Amino acid sequence: MSDKVSLAAKAPSDTQGNTRRRKSWLGREMRHFRNNKELFLLSLPGILYKLIFAYIPMVGVIIAFKNYRYDLGIFGSKWVGFDNFRYLFSTDTAWRITRNTVLYNVAYILVTLVAALLLAVLLNEVKAKWSRFYQTALFLPHFLSWVLVGYIAYAFLNHADGFINRTLMAMGFDPVSWYQNAGAWPFILVIVHLWKVIGFNTLIYFAGIMGINSEYYEAAKIDGATKSQMALKITIPLLSPLIVILLILSIGSMFRGDFGLHYFIPNNSGFLYGSTDIIDTYVYRALREVGNVGMSAATGLYQSIVGLILVLSANAIVKKINPDHSLW
Amino acid sequence: MAVRKFEFSKIAINVMFTVLSLIVILPFLLVIAVSLTDEESITKNGYQFIPDHISFDAYRYLLDSPDVLVRAYGVTITITVVGAALGLLLTAMTAYVISRPDYRYNRVTTFYVFFTMLFSGGLVPTYILITQYLHLKDSLLALILPILLSPFNIMVMKGFMSKIPLEIIESAKIDGAREFRIFFRIVLPLSLPALATLGLLISFTYWNDWFNAMLYIDDPSKVPLQLLLVRTLNSIEFLTTNSEFTQTLGIDLTSFPNNSARMAIAVLAGGPMLVIFPFFQRFFVKGLTVGSLKG
Repeated sequence: MSDKVSLAAKAPSDTQGNTRRRKSWLGREMRHFRNNKELFLLSLPGILYKLIFAYIPMVGVIIAFKNYRYDLGIFGSKWVGFDNFRYLFSTDTAWRITRNTVLYNVAYILVTLVAALLLAVLLNEVKAKWSRFYQTALFLPHFLSWVLVGYIAYAFLNHADGFINRTLMAMGFDPVSWYQNAGAWPFILVIVHLWKVIGFNTLIYFAGIMGINSEYYEAAKIDGATKSQMALKITIPLLSPLIVILLILSIGSMFRGDFGLHYFIPNNSGFLYGSTDIIDTYVYRALREVGNVGMSAATGLYQSIVGLILVLSANAIVKKINPDHSLW
Repeated sequence: MAVRKFEFSKIAINVMFTVLSLIVILPFLLVIAVSLTDEESITKNGYQFIPDHISFDAYRYLLDSPDVLVRAYGVTITITVVGAALGLLLTAMTAYVISRPDYRYNRVTTFYVFFTMLFSGGLVPTYILITQYLHLKDSLLALILPILLSPFNIMVMKGFMSKIPLEIIESAKIDGAREFRIFFRIVLPLSLPALATLGLLISFTYWNDWFNAMLYIDDPSKVPLQLLLVRTLNSIEFLTTNSEFTQTLGIDLTSFPNNSARMAIAVLAGGPMLVIFPFFQRFFVKGLTVGSLKG
């Protein structure tokens, strides 16, 4: 406070023009900085961390425009312009991984939303004692890493010994080579994904329902509303802010696939790339298995840029419809 | 009539949830069942929920030479403890600073942190930074650093800390306390519930992380649990070719319980935390609701 007063008193006497004014602006900023120094120091480790692990890699996107060689380094490698991108988009790979990433995400989002909302509404009708038991059971897969889910999927799908094939054989059908049969994978992946996330998402909506004022339901009951009317006319509308926020978050990350799900559950099987390969798995394989660093970087940059555009547009649209629901 | 119909639908809902719970849990049981099945009955009947012959051979083989598993547990525990402690401290420090409405640079800092959520350089630049410039390949730091500080967690923490009344901080300032002291003596203790929630979430992230290990770890002595699982899953022959498991015992490879041992590794590596984590289930849901991104 006292700073401002003294500055205001000084200002009229400052008639020496631009340089003086700039100096006094700088001085003022310095003084402000001194006042905020301790807080700044508290945030410094975090800022430095983000600088090294988030902002410096952003500069590294220039690798996408280079023919990267490990021996020459980032700055020594030759510029190739848009060659990596041209190559990526000249094959059908780009189309395939983009289509897979987006379509799978749409399927995951819709299936999870419908199933979790339904279960949350129904869970609200169950006695608390039982409800807790169901919640724990449904939530269990959330604690598994995708690798462990890969084991479970393998136990079911394995060609020679898997539970599904053995059951098919016992019933007189021919076994199916799941890890070579691309057509089945959209369904397998959606089911496995739903199995893993259903408990978590149900609980998010369930927590939302618990937060709804019970007076609404009491009033509706007096008016003779049925349970399904209450669900459709009270629960769902009051949950809509939560639903919308979760939807924007997922639309924003529409271009970001679930690497673990698409890498471990199909067991990285080459036969299945056509229907399981997403941008993330492609980037990983290009980097670690094929060793085409420039191509991998180009695909990653394509993903980051489209992803950024998606988040910004999703937020802008929501802001237009209802500013309260937007992320920022 | 109305009452009876109501009762009926209640029972139907309970039946449905019971069936659903079973469907969700049964896959876990299949893995456990296979790990306990005699190798011969696997060859004969495949993977079944109820083993023909129960056999502990797989566990016996694995626990006879437990070095690999014990070392993997050691690595995972180390990175989880160090990563969670350090990550939580950094998260709290950064979140606190941007939660202070009177901090001159709080909007700039918020943007600086938040922007990393919207745009990233991608996998390749990070990979090259860590392997070629920081030279962290085959170092435990490569497992800790890349996921140390998540903007999402900072925002959650900030949402919580914004609710601490500014008057408390200001009165401490009047009493002559410096910012560091205020942070460590007042703000951190007041944030204990949020710290517990986020601490658990961060530990969980470290415990279940396989991605960084796949990228940066080749040295067998630094393989964490999840990478051990990846390698076992990826190569059917992993166990029989992994000298650590077989050579030391002079096992006859043809009698090695390949199938059941694979599932036994999954049980031994994944099981313990699956018993512990559910006790903290409510924290996992709370993590999403403590703070909001806005504000």
